[in-house]
Amino acid sequence: MKVVLRNPRRELEIEGDASVKDVLKRLDIIPETVLVIRDGELLLKTDLVTDADTIELRPVISGGSTR
Amino acid sequence: MKCKVCREPAAIEIRRHHAVFCKDHFFEHMSRQVERTIHDFTMLEPGEKILLGVSGGKDSLALWDLLTDLGYEVDGVYIELGIGGEEGYSSGSLQLAEQYAKNRDLNLQVVDLATDYGYTIPEAAAETRRVACSVCGLSKRYVLNRVAHDGGYDVLVMGHNLDDEAAVLMGNTLNWNLEYIGRQRPVLPATKEGLVRKVKPLLRIAERETAAYCVLKGIDYEVDECPLVGGNTGIRMKEWLNVIESERPGTKQRFLFGFLDRVSDQFASAHQEEVELNECSNCGQPTTNELCSFCLLQGRMADRG
Ligand code: SF4
Ligand SMILES: [Zn+2]
Ligand SMILES: [Zn+2]
Repeated sequence: MKVVLRNPRRELEIEGDASVKDVLKRLDIIPETVLVIRDGELLLKTDLVTDADTIELRPVISGGSTR
Repeated sequence: MKCKVCREPAAIEIRRHHAVFCKDHFFEHMSRQVERTIHDFTMLEPGEKILLGVSGGKDSLALWDLLTDLGYEVDGVYIELGIGGEEGYSSGSLQLAEQYAKNRDLNLQVVDLATDYGYTIPEAAAETRRVACSVCGLSKRYVLNRVAHDGGYDVLVMGHNLDDEAAVLMGNTLNWNLEYIGRQRPVLPATKEGLVRKVKPLLRIAERETAAYCVLKGIDYEVDECPLVGGNTGIRMKEWLNVIESERPGTKQRFLFGFLDRVSDQFASAHQEEVELNECSNCGQPTTNELCSFCLLQGRMADRG
């Protein structure tokens, strides 16, 4: 599967099928900090991503002055 | 996974609520959370003139959408910070804010720091040798209040979410910064002439949820991170909190709301120590000095060679 990461934008390949949960675990990403998007739809942690899919891991943490 | 309300296929899981929702019930959940926050803290009264600080990011656009759907009439103000040059970060964010306002037929006022105040954030950071977010925060706070005040608005609505507020509280608590802790309120009243009341209706909503809301609603928002965010400690604080949150869902909310419900009153005195405020001799805003810190900055930028 192709995994698109943001900030900065980059892509990587993961072999075979895997659940969203496993993909995040493999990349050491905390589920709270991203949305997993496939074809404009959000995926849940139990969803299966197949080898042919492209998914975006979109960070949801924004920085800046919060006071 | 199935929606806990209607058993249709789920669109999102919110672990701290032990809840899974379909799209529509997620929207309904968000709307209820915002309504409840507004009600619990008496944030908005009927008939008030409301201004929202809009950045083009997920939080402000989601909040504009939610408030509009709840029947509030809310105008937006966008501050052009001049970050990233002609086709860079700021101009991209502005386009997204303008596009949203146009789609929903809402009023968006644009204030350009460079044209209206004579400097951009990168210039001010370089000139003062301060972290960009610090001059940026100062500038935004000042300009937002100014626009709200001069425009006759009763209240300024801010898009700060649960993660923002929990991170600020965490930072201030780790340093026992009592003055700032005492100042962290869901509603900041207009204590002095020249100040407009500030409220934060997204307090109960995590940033993952505002992002999800925008994606599911088809609202285009600025996904890219501001290029000047480096050196900002708030974002690290959020990451650390998320490590705890992932093992103990609900930690952020318990931390923030425990503070607001049970602790914050005890700190109120730390910031209420009456400091003598006078009017800034340049702009009339409350300040402890002759010139307010914004006018100092603006003066320094005007004087640069
Ligand atoms: S990240 Fe910092 S410099 Fe960039 S917009 Fe936010 S506060 Fe301003
Ligand atoms: Zn449902
Ligand atoms: Zn001033």
